[in-house]
Amino acid sequence: MNENKFMSAFKANAIWLVFIAEIAIFYYFNPKFLSLPNIVSISRQVSYYGIASIGMTFVILIAGIDLSIASIIVLVNVVCAHLMMNMGWNMWIAIIVSIIMATLIGVLNGFMVATIGIPAIIATFASQTIFRGLSYILSGGLPIPDVLRYAPEAGLTGDPTLGFFARWSLNHWSLFPRQGIGLIPVCAIIMVICFAIGSFILNKSYFGRYFYAIGGNEEASELSGIRVNKMKYLIYALSGFFAGLAGIIVLSRTGSAQASSLVGFEFEVITCVVLGGVSVAGGIGHMSGVIAGVLIIGSLKSGMVMANVSEYTQMVVQGLVLAVAVGFDCFSKKRQAS
Amino acid sequence: MAEDYVLELEHIRKEYPGVIALKDVTLQLRRGEILGLIGENGAGKSTLIKCCSGAVIPTSGKIKVKKEKDGEVKEFARMTPQLAAENGIAIIYQEFNNVGELSAAENMFLGRPILKKNGIVIDRKAMEAEAAKAFEQLNIKIDPRALVKNLSVGYQQMIEIAKAIQQNAQVLIMDEPSAPLTTNEVESMFKVVELLKSRGVSIIYISHRLEEIFRLSDRIEVIRDGEYVDTLITDKDPATIPHQVDDLIKLMVGREMTQKYPPRKPCIRDDVVIELQHVYGNGDQDVSFQVHAGEVLGLGGLVGAGRTEIAEVIFGSKPKEKGKIIFMGKEINPKAPRAAIDHGIALLPEDRKKHGALLTNSIKNNISMPIYERISKASVIDSKVEKTTAEKYREDIQIKCPSIHQLVKNLSGGNQQKVILAKWLAANSKLIIFDEPTRGIDVGAKFEIYKLINDLVEQGVAVLMISSEMEELIGMSDRIIVLAENKVMGELQKEEFNSDTIMSYASGVIPDSKKEAV
Repeated sequence: MNENKFMSAFKANAIWLVFIAEIAIFYYFNPKFLSLPNIVSISRQVSYYGIASIGMTFVILIAGIDLSIASIIVLVNVVCAHLMMNMGWNMWIAIIVSIIMATLIGVLNGFMVATIGIPAIIATFASQTIFRGLSYILSGGLPIPDVLRYAPEAGLTGDPTLGFFARWSLNHWSLFPRQGIGLIPVCAIIMVICFAIGSFILNKSYFGRYFYAIGGNEEASELSGIRVNKMKYLIYALSGFFAGLAGIIVLSRTGSAQASSLVGFEFEVITCVVLGGVSVAGGIGHMSGVIAGVLIIGSLKSGMVMANVSEYTQMVVQGLVLAVAVGFDCFSKKRQAS
Repeated sequence: MAEDYVLELEHIRKEYPGVIALKDVTLQLRRGEILGLIGENGAGKSTLIKCCSGAVIPTSGKIKVKKEKDGEVKEFARMTPQLAAENGIAIIYQEFNNVGELSAAENMFLGRPILKKNGIVIDRKAMEAEAAKAFEQLNIKIDPRALVKNLSVGYQQMIEIAKAIQQNAQVLIMDEPSAPLTTNEVESMFKVVELLKSRGVSIIYISHRLEEIFRLSDRIEVIRDGEYVDTLITDKDPATIPHQVDDLIKLMVGREMTQKYPPRKPCIRDDVVIELQHVYGNGDQDVSFQVHAGEVLGLGGLVGAGRTEIAEVIFGSKPKEKGKIIFMGKEINPKAPRAAIDHGIALLPEDRKKHGALLTNSIKNNISMPIYERISKASVIDSKVEKTTAEKYREDIQIKCPSIHQLVKNLSGGNQQKVILAKWLAANSKLIIFDEPTRGIDVGAKFEIYKLINDLVEQGVAVLMISSEMEELIGMSDRIIVLAENKVMGELQKEEFNSDTIMSYASGVIPDSKKEAV
């Protein structure tokens, strides 16, 4: 029995062991991998993966899927930049309006899935196509550059604090004064807060209990008094919200909005979530696993860049990691069953 | 081997991490016999037959199969699905492996189609001819071209049996074959089983329904807690059957079962909890009745008479078309289960695993599911209340589990039913609708469920009990209403209870004894 407990604890945390092993390997080949600048750089890089993965975790927990998040991010980029650059809106108002728009797109997904009954994969794929197209239309297919440089002048009425935010952007501004490189980027702090909120929703609020129940058995959940459709609206809206927030982070990182960027990003986020042990069949998964999944993918990308691995090879490796990690999990479950 | 055994299982043991599913089970199947295999839920029947099919690998033990042709005995430490098929072992599971969109013939040859001479194209005609031949052998009338989804459950099962026979199965293992069938379908299934036996097929027949076991079997093997208990020779003399039943139940549960239905103090109160007035929910449905506090109203009738539908209308999971539902003196119109639950109405559905319990969730979560919003402040769950609620009901109604954090899928059927009941008790329900409360639940746990129903009514809860088991309906109800074709055919007071009267009402006939009164 004791051994069993050990085994289950081992299995629950196996994903973190994979993460540690991965770090060790990259460190072995290049000690700079664990240098402060690189860690900070990784934390910036993973921040928008992490934020987007929270909504995706909820969606996959109820056995759904959201393929529209990359398009939402791109549209948020374009709309937010457009409002600031071309319309001269205040940066904060532009940000809030963009995130509300992203949430509403999530509500639209919820409407298609819950009320009309379109399978999630089709409904969100339709959104993906629609909003990617809208992003092209809005931007005329051209990038909106230099968002960060012009934002203060265009959007602010001389308010120095806001100008500061805009100039250094969410990405470059740090919790502590810049000392050479600047510690703990704001985008990473936002990610940590979001993970805390996500974890709170799943473990402490009744919404989390509902999500697990719906993922396990939708019909029985409805018959236990859960308003399943309402929850679906909520979950897709949350997915849209987190995608919108991730979009703002992306904009602050790149400083330019481009309708053609982030193609296939939704699958990278799905990779993080599934790698973290969330079952695509629904009902099973934890936030801690997803955090590990995000960190694994983030450091994998960074490590491979440092090791001069080509982008194409990176894709191959990422696919292999996904297949092996999920395969191992499925295989051990299968063996347990017989 | 002195006896002509076609299949022998010797000292089969199966361990899972932390659980021993089978301790030591031995089973011998003679040629051309029907062996009834019985045991409580969780006794290990399913695991045992999965060892025969190759779905489960035994930890230790031997499986011996005797070939029909040359009498050669082969010994296996484990089976695989291929080996089982090669050695003529076929299993009819409770859930069929049919593909609804394919025809009966195509299903029979699923995975091993007959091809035309070119070796590529499927020879549909040949398959249909073969299927027709197999059906004819079994005296069943199925059009080989009919799509399986359009066939009744009974016919779908026949296709599975025909498939096994077509593959020359010499051992047929049937796991609860009568459970999904209607009375008429059970009768035709029995005929097929007896026909197979007369052709020399050996059959292991698993069932909770002892009367079936007596009707069909030559010998009865009992297992309990993963261990072989005893094998009896079936005595078909009707006079001795009640005595044999008692013996078997004792063997199965390992303790005396004196009463089938626990006694109940009279506790019917005058106040009406729910009243239905000409409720239409299913096209031409028209149902009116009342249930009092502290009363068990039995709802009898055949499958398809509209009993489940009326329960769903009350519970808000099916729209009501017309009529009035008056609950605790007020007219209600629940549009969703949530609304009904908030009024104090609960439903324990017929299909526990599909509609009742949240199998992949813990006992604790299942019990608190309907009350989470009540025990949360600003959406944060009061985890102390959550825990004490679960512990309270675990104690009160004796849910047998190592902890309240256990997943419900790991519980036996009886304990799952208790978890569902606990959920509705926690929600403070005033009317509890049981749809087939003890279906698929073993004898010992049945008695406990009945006792719980008694406790409920004694506390003043109103119970509406849908049951297809005549004995249960008569044993548990204070009053019985029989539905036929979506309408109330008749009502029986306790002193009028009689299975013949109920059956005639259920068949849509007003019985002779009642005609004068009408």
